[in-house]
Amino acid sequence: MTDLLQLVIYGIVTGSILALGAIGVSLVFSILRFAHFAHGDLMTIGAYGGLIGVSLAGLSPLASIPIAVALAVVVALAAEYLLYRPLRTGSHTVILLISSFGLALILRSAVQLIAGPAPMVYRSGIQLPMRFGDIIIRPDHFWIIGGTIAIIIALHLFLTYTKFGKAMRAMADNMDLARISGIPAYRMIMLTWVIAAALAAVAGVFLGMDTRLHPVMGWRLLLPVFAAAILGGIGRPYGAIVGGFVIGISMEVSTMFIDPGYKHAVAFALLVLMLIVRPTGLFKGASI
Amino acid sequence: MALLEATGVTGGYGGADILSDLNLTLSAEEIVVIVGPNGAGKSTFMKAVFGLVTIRQGSIAFDGRDITNMKPETVVTRGVCYVPQERNVFPSMSVEENLEMGAFIRKDDWRPQMQRIYDLFPRLAERKRQPVGQMSGGERQMVAMGRALMLEPKLLLLDEPTAGLSPKFIDETFRQVKRVNEFGVGILMVEQNAKQALAIADRGYVFANGQNRFDDTGAGLLANKEIAEMFLGG
Repeated sequence: MTDLLQLVIYGIVTGSILALGAIGVSLVFSILRFAHFAHGDLMTIGAYGGLIGVSLAGLSPLASIPIAVALAVVVALAAEYLLYRPLRTGSHTVILLISSFGLALILRSAVQLIAGPAPMVYRSGIQLPMRFGDIIIRPDHFWIIGGTIAIIIALHLFLTYTKFGKAMRAMADNMDLARISGIPAYRMIMLTWVIAAALAAVAGVFLGMDTRLHPVMGWRLLLPVFAAAILGGIGRPYGAIVGGFVIGISMEVSTMFIDPGYKHAVAFALLVLMLIVRPTGLFKGASI
Repeated sequence: MALLEATGVTGGYGGADILSDLNLTLSAEEIVVIVGPNGAGKSTFMKAVFGLVTIRQGSIAFDGRDITNMKPETVVTRGVCYVPQERNVFPSMSVEENLEMGAFIRKDDWRPQMQRIYDLFPRLAERKRQPVGQMSGGERQMVAMGRALMLEPKLLLLDEPTAGLSPKFIDETFRQVKRVNEFGVGILMVEQNAKQALAIADRGYVFANGQNRFDDTGAGLLANKEIAEMFLGG
């Protein structure tokens, strides 16, 4: 029982990271209509952006989040301007998907070139865990879970109560009607990238805090992130949050029964199961 | 002076011209109905006015200014709003949010206009918070019209507002169109329910093969036996 509770807590931590990534994937899909394969590597960029603050300025990983966000947002906007926008006019969205795959390779290689292939950590040494009976929680885990909840609330308030948040939902709902209502499509696309990249960067820093930094850290997380987005219903940011936690908790709890090396297979199995049982996802997203 | 003046409009999607040398005028505060067989270019013409179809020859002027091939985002700022036939609401958003999106480009206070729309469609006032996707076809049509009216347009383009509605809602929709017009909004409407539409119209056009074949007052077209037989289903 204690083991299960402990794993569920780890699952919530993993789920937080997945949810932040999956919200971005879902937002990008809902506005731009393609699966953004470079999203995992945007997380990596964020994680290494955080490392800039930690190693050069001596900041804590949390205090380095603004640097991580700034770097990821710049990369995403550059990709939009140089890659996605020129390809968007007149070509099928599959072209965008494939080009995002290419961008993923570029980003990963760039990180490897600059930071080296060896794993890195934000801080060495052991963090003193907090004990609650038999349950052990690291302070970092509190920050990850608390930070994710705060971001989800902020995003919810933005989408529900602000003019531009509502316009983003309108774009996701009916792109043509949004255009003929005078909603500036291009500005909304830029805003989508800013939000998606910012969330990816935070997820990357959280992932770095939870484990360690490595050039393929984000790429490896892409499958569970996509699984979370699809489980929740692709194009539905709220679904992505639920999907993230479901996948995260399932992955961690599965280690009670099977080898931890198969964690990602659990995410994949859930994804396949969902596509068979309910292809539109829990929250009735767009069917692909 | 005409509010909308289309002169020799030729154009279509990609290479093929659907509209060929089409002429139409609409005076301020007028209801003009376009009828005609399927494929006559009725909806295409409306889209051309709104900048959704490429015009290769001819011109469209609105309120004395040229709007030929202007982007929809710009046409909307000139005081033309368009209600497409299908997919004309934001289904996952509430009634109030749909109306708010209609007012997206307004910098001034649009609350009074929202209240006027609720007065016009009391049924919407009762369902402000309901997601539009859960509403009936007739109610959706009200939301669609309400969204378009949020900008207080001088001209409203309605593409088959009664398509797929039950007879009860068809009558109600035409009554509402008439009331919107009484607020001083010019209306250009494409309709399949030609007889009912022409009955509320000031003038009507009959389109065929991408051209305007006949035009007359609504009553005049209804009284014309030849047109009735050919285009209005007897």
